Amino acid sequence: MSVKQVSVAEALALAAEGRRVIDVREPSEWAEGHIPGATLLPLAEVPSRIGELVPDPSTPLLLHCLSGARSSRAAVRLEALGYSDIVNMAGHIGDWRRLGGAWEAPQQLLSDAQARRYSRQVLIPEIGQAGQRKLLDAKVLLIGAGGLGSPAAFYLASSGVGTIGLVDDDLVDESNLQRQILHTADRVGMPKTESARLSLNALNPETRVVEHRERLSADNVERLIAGYDVVVDGTDNFETRYILNDAALKLRKPVVHGSIYRWDGQVTTFVPFEGPCYRCMYPTQPPPELAPACSVAGVLGVLPGIVGLFQANEVFKLLLGVGETLAGRLVMFDAMSTSFDEVRIWRDPACPACGEGARLVAEPAAASST
Amino acid sequence: MSRVKIPPVLRENVAGRREVSATGSTVAEVLADLFAQHPALRDRVTEDGELSRFINVYVNDRDVRYRDGLDTPVGGDDTVILLPAMAGGAG
Repeated sequence: MSVKQVSVAEALALAAEGRRVIDVREPSEWAEGHIPGATLLPLAEVPSRIGELVPDPSTPLLLHCLSGARSSRAAVRLEALGYSDIVNMAGHIGDWRRLGGAWEAPQQLLSDAQARRYSRQVLIPEIGQAGQRKLLDAKVLLIGAGGLGSPAAFYLASSGVGTIGLVDDDLVDESNLQRQILHTADRVGMPKTESARLSLNALNPETRVVEHRERLSADNVERLIAGYDVVVDGTDNFETRYILNDAALKLRKPVVHGSIYRWDGQVTTFVPFEGPCYRCMYPTQPPPELAPACSVAGVLGVLPGIVGLFQANEVFKLLLGVGETLAGRLVMFDAMSTSFDEVRIWRDPACPACGEGARLVAEPAAASST
Repeated sequence: MSRVKIPPVLRENVAGRREVSATGSTVAEVLADLFAQHPALRDRVTEDGELSRFINVYVNDRDVRYRDGLDTPVGGDDTVILLPAMAGGAG
């Protein structure tokens, strides 16, 4: 008894009746697209695996490959193994698609180059191709291309965060080079955002670096942060931090906060209306003598490196939606003793920015019950 | 005897130390002992007898604002953390 050969149109009808479809092509061909619900059984594996995949030899089968040649050979082998109801599609799979047959094309999440470049983190179960795709589609804004922004930007770029915005209106100064590793000695006098773009694109040409050569202010803050998913706060003064906080609440942008002083650093994450905000933690701006800038107080070069990378780590968790962020926790790092302290920070019901009473920004109705 | 962690901007008031010891069973008593040992700290940490609005005080990991303020109990094994805001970053 010879195997029944059918046209593509007849095969479509048989598949619609529920005949089991066996695809005898190679896995690489299958990966480029296949009939949904079909079973992959490469020709060479037919004798060894058919028993496991189709235990009942009376099962009605529809075999296909690319052109019908390999599946014809597979049909002969199956018949010899006792399979009694075999139909071979003697036609090209392209016709199946042209005639409107169901087809499942794989979602190409990463290009081959991306799959190679990011392979070490794609291997991590919590990231994978889908997580890497999220990073590639993500937009992160760094306020400050300085001490904290430098290490954060490098690792965000190297890890494939697709768009990195930089807000800074300063020029590279010789005294920056001790810690602001985005910048180089030959770029003293260059705008920091431009220097940063050169460094980041040298590391990863695929990264889209957006230069915002301006100083964050109440007038431009909403425009600057609106298009981004996460904001990394590496500013150097309280006024800017309060301005950023209030706008981020209004536009529901998570802010990863870092600050440094000599040998000490602090890091936390503010997730609007889910955890506390900057004003919950520090309701009132301290007097200048309690808050000197790096230019006055000095800072260890490695400290912003450490704190900036803690910030980058927070960004990855926020973008990927995995793990536990520092929302509601403030981590303090002491470089002199290499030790950490952690304190709880609470959402203040009386907070002028995110509390229950008079607000600087309106809370969304959906979140008001929490 | 409780440990009191001193933030960088206040260390000049305690001879540069990062951590000091103080006795007391409440935050108020611990601070009183701290000020007796290091008088210069008083004006940096309090305003008119109240905790300064610029400094958060924690007993272990808890902000005393959300407990009993200056009356918050302090045990001998507890750590008191004084924490003013820090601003440094890009500069």
